[in-house]
Amino acid sequence: MSVQLDPQGQLRHLINTEGLPRDLLTRILDTAESFSEVLGKSVKKVPLLRGRTIVNLFFEPSTRTRTTFELAAQRLSADVLNIDVATSSTSKGENLLDMLRNLEAMQCDAFVVRHADSGAAEFIARNVAPGVSVINAGDGRHAHPTQALLDAFTIRRQKGPLEPLTIAIVGDILHSRVARSQIHALLGLGAGEVRVIAPRTLLPRAIERLGVRVHEDMDAGLEGADVVMMLRLQHERMQGALLPSEGEFFSRYGLTEQRLERTHPEAIVMHPGPVNRGVELDPRVADGPRSVILQQVTNGIAVRMAVMSIVLGGQGEAPTGPIEEVAG
Amino acid sequence: MSETDLDIPQLLDSVAAAATNELQAREIRSPILVGIHTGGVWVAEALHERLQARPPVGTLEVAFHRDDHASSGLKAAVQSSEVPVSLQDQPVLLVDDVIHTGRTTRAALNALFDYGRPSQVLLAVLVDRGGRELPIQPDIAGTRLTLPAGQRLKLRGPEPLRFTLEGGPS
Repeated sequence: MSVQLDPQGQLRHLINTEGLPRDLLTRILDTAESFSEVLGKSVKKVPLLRGRTIVNLFFEPSTRTRTTFELAAQRLSADVLNIDVATSSTSKGENLLDMLRNLEAMQCDAFVVRHADSGAAEFIARNVAPGVSVINAGDGRHAHPTQALLDAFTIRRQKGPLEPLTIAIVGDILHSRVARSQIHALLGLGAGEVRVIAPRTLLPRAIERLGVRVHEDMDAGLEGADVVMMLRLQHERMQGALLPSEGEFFSRYGLTEQRLERTHPEAIVMHPGPVNRGVELDPRVADGPRSVILQQVTNGIAVRMAVMSIVLGGQGEAPTGPIEEVAG
Repeated sequence: MSETDLDIPQLLDSVAAAATNELQAREIRSPILVGIHTGGVWVAEALHERLQARPPVGTLEVAFHRDDHASSGLKAAVQSSEVPVSLQDQPVLLVDDVIHTGRTTRAALNALFDYGRPSQVLLAVLVDRGGRELPIQPDIAGTRLTLPAGQRLKLRGPEPLRFTLEGGPS
């Protein structure tokens, strides 16, 4: 039984996009659409989570992800606590579960967890008190579900329904929690074709089993693609000689204006950020008209608002079915 | 679920007539109609035609302003609000299909004020079914009736509009 869904099929934690039912994925994107409207108003705030407390528990630094989670929680009127654990009491030997118990004793409602170890968010989800939700903000090489959902949301806003689309994910798939979560989210939402483009050394074994097409040659992989999702080359996760050099990586897998001509004429270019300019992406492409990198950042807030408001909804009593509008 | 014999065109006519009188009495020429998703939007559009109101119909999603999120969660199909004109210093005719506890109206008023400070807000509903839990009353109601608390009166639409009753008396 997945830790993410309760027996009624409601989303209690968001750990991974793998195995989430399509209607739930769609519901998250639809809810995000409605929050986008809220964010376009002069009053960019709703009282939905007034009185609730969300803790950003970051065991690995990530200013950008933390900031968008923080802003999303504030737009929902929640109180936000940022805990940067690298500088906190785990260094004094307080163990993780003790720390969670202490935070729960302060009546926190949700933990947003970023950790360098795969499985950390799920471990915390299995050990929190009932009624407390966990949202995975990236764990090791495992998953980064809100990034994948905001990417899917951006694609849907830019290109419409995913069914007819060909989407290419390019770069260091092996070390990328983003790629894994993207593949599950996009296929879960019914994307037409998902390709991964990378050298063999940067592909997980048996990646084809997830339902993607593998291309080692970038030009062939980009042919006719509607969406190109570039990944960040993870210097900090690289061990040994998987790559000859960044220069050679760029010459084979960097996205240039010339390579972009292989794609569909209206293809969009995405990147989870921060961009290594000149390593994965030619700066002219990153800042060019096809790039939707900044829209991804904006959309990230609406998507995180949607996830928070769904996992934190209905904790008081289990709803008996899908929640419908109640006249009154 | 059962159909009701509520005559929607007749209710709409009667709300439109009462609204015209009320707006005249208040010397309001051009109110901004704002419908509450989903039923209220259909009613607002029908009234917009009958009142020959000029400003486009605004729509309001109140899911993010409800008071039962902690117990009931977010409904599955959240719509988007769309208020195409500024409400600042403008008269607003807020429209819903049914008023029951008054909680939706409370949420709608809060949502509305995120778009500016209207000069005044009137509330029009097709059906007032009683059962109020808050001190909120409609200015205009097509009809008033009493239903058992466990029953839900729901407007189905958009074409044709009809009321259904769901759930037995509790």
